[in-house]
Amino acid sequence: MGKKIRVLVGKPGLDGHDRGAKVVAAALRDAGMEVIYTGLHQTCESIVEAAVQEDVDVIGLSILSGAHMTIFSKVLNLLKKRHATQILVIGGGIIPLEDMKKLEKMGVGKLFGPGTPTTEIVDWINECAFAKTEQPKTKRVKAKKSRKIKVRRKRKK
Amino acid sequence: MTKKDWEGKLKMHKERDSEFTTVSGTPVKSLYTPDDIQDMDYGRDLGYPGEFPYTRGVYTNMYRGRLWTMRQFSGYATPKDTNKRYKYLLKHGQTGLSVAFDFPTLYGRDSDDSFSHGEVGKCGVAVDTLRDMEIIFDGIPLDKISTSMTINPPAAMLLAMYIAVGEKQGVPAHVLTGTIQNDMLKEYQAQKTWIYPPEPSMRIITDILAYCTDHVPKWNTISISGYHIREAGSTALQELAFTLANGFTYVEHGMQAGLSVDKFAPRLSFFFNAHLDFFEEIAKYRAARRIWARLMRGKYGAQSPRSYLVRFHTQTAGCTLTAQQPENNIIRTAFQALSAVLGGTQSLHTNSMDETYALPTEQAVKVALRTQQLIAYESGVAQVIDPLGGSYYVESLTRQMEKGAYDYFEKINKMGGVIPAIEKGFFQKEISRSAYEYQKALEQRKKFQVGVNIFEEEEKPDIEILKIPAAVEKNQIKELKKVKKQRNNARVKEKLKDLRKAARNGENVMPRILACVKVYATLGEMCNTLKEEFGVYHEPIIF
Repeated sequence: MGKKIRVLVGKPGLDGHDRGAKVVAAALRDAGMEVIYTGLHQTCESIVEAAVQEDVDVIGLSILSGAHMTIFSKVLNLLKKRHATQILVIGGGIIPLEDMKKLEKMGVGKLFGPGTPTTEIVDWINECAFAKTEQPKTKRVKAKKSRKIKVRRKRKK
Repeated sequence: MTKKDWEGKLKMHKERDSEFTTVSGTPVKSLYTPDDIQDMDYGRDLGYPGEFPYTRGVYTNMYRGRLWTMRQFSGYATPKDTNKRYKYLLKHGQTGLSVAFDFPTLYGRDSDDSFSHGEVGKCGVAVDTLRDMEIIFDGIPLDKISTSMTINPPAAMLLAMYIAVGEKQGVPAHVLTGTIQNDMLKEYQAQKTWIYPPEPSMRIITDILAYCTDHVPKWNTISISGYHIREAGSTALQELAFTLANGFTYVEHGMQAGLSVDKFAPRLSFFFNAHLDFFEEIAKYRAARRIWARLMRGKYGAQSPRSYLVRFHTQTAGCTLTAQQPENNIIRTAFQALSAVLGGTQSLHTNSMDETYALPTEQAVKVALRTQQLIAYESGVAQVIDPLGGSYYVESLTRQMEKGAYDYFEKINKMGGVIPAIEKGFFQKEISRSAYEYQKALEQRKKFQVGVNIFEEEEKPDIEILKIPAAVEKNQIKELKKVKKQRNNARVKEKLKDLRKAARNGENVMPRILACVKVYATLGEMCNTLKEEFGVYHEPIIF
């Protein structure tokens, strides 16, 4: 894989628990990915804006405040609006199993609960990126206009 | 047999690991003997309970006089739901209250603020105006119970609301007992709940110190907290050193503001974590008592013995709970609680088994409370004062902790003190580094978590979870609107104007805040007024 995978690690909302986000950010960085950490107290809008601007492959959201249902659905909707659904959304935090299932159905790629080894997150992202590059015509398109093409190619699994 | 002979014999026995360390990564020896505490002087370094330097406890008779306060941190959804939970806990033998607020409240935002969407009542109870506090404490006599409130940037407002509720119940402020966390320094370092920059935050804190000294003399004005530093990933030593460094910074600011140290220092209290490593935790509490007493007397010139005391609350370590095999959390919590008791805590919260998924259910929180009651009434550990005093290992570890803390103090001093060190990101870096090191140690299986990286099971835990209905947010906003309609808006405006003036001209803001609260100004209105005067804090981004 020639190009480095770019990941935006975000802390949306008012939740100040940043231990997990920082540990995951450091682990992804040490695994060779390019990591952008947003810092705390971001709005969903600013996270999506940063993700599009930075042309990331993955957004990882850490939520321990109980606001996960609201925040994930907002981020997914904003990505749709920006025609940027090629960006994979994943997350972690204090999330009941039932909500995890609902969120995964909603379009969140994967949720990693407490106790997940960081290597599992790294492997999962690598596999997804690999699956992407397997498909024909995977050249990353820089211009925003052409994003629609990528939308269709988006995860159907 | 001499020690040397024994050591020779020991070498012939294979050990099950190549190195042995505490959970914080400090190497430990196979055995501790009188050699390890040779230079310890009983009178100088330990003393009797309730006597300088208080290593063995802050009170003369400790738990033989009165057990620690069993204080479960609790609050969720609406003020009404929270009131019901408090009555439930009191019915089952809890002896103090501890309020958990939701995120909007913690940040001084109203429930109808755009940033609050999705967070109202989720990880604590929502408070917008005095009306909510009236409901939370409805039927709970404030002259009979002490209340701790985990609140930081808007601590002044919540304390004012509590005073106002007391007045309505006919309980004057000088009778009220309780604690506000009000520890902003650890917010910048670890818990990350802030509004204003450090300097105005410190000014509000000293305003509170001054106000309470005169009007709410039994109130604990700052709960200097290591808990969150530890939860954010620090080691035991970092928790100890950073917490005490913060404490001394408050003392210095109070003294600079012209307050007499013996007037406000006795009302400072502490809040520590009870983590996994049993003896390391006990050593941490003992070292904290000794360091604080020595420096308060030696460096800050306090004369009153009450200024020397580290009176502390403890909470078991939420970050050690596992989502896997959640029932194990009951046992983890029990060991941690035991270390807090053997370490001489004044009050204790025990976590519930289901907290890696959500706020605890009634059933889960009852088991957590029962855990404390088992320690108090069955185990026998509360029958003797400081039963571990004199243990070669514990005393040697205590000494080691103490020394390590002084090394950190020196480092922090060289950076110009706690606030410059925060601005440089020193604490933040130290803590994230330790968190990452620990995570790596888990993944390399140098450290273990039962159910996570050892004795794992293929299972999807099926436990009952507390759900906060989506309607909570709507209802809370509806109630807020109702209050706004019923109150005298002209008076609210006038009182907010007075608050702004006080903020600007350096007058104590506490009486002004109390006046705002009484006319039902919202938390957001008060905090925004101060925000306009003081500005907002932006963190240095480090990982």
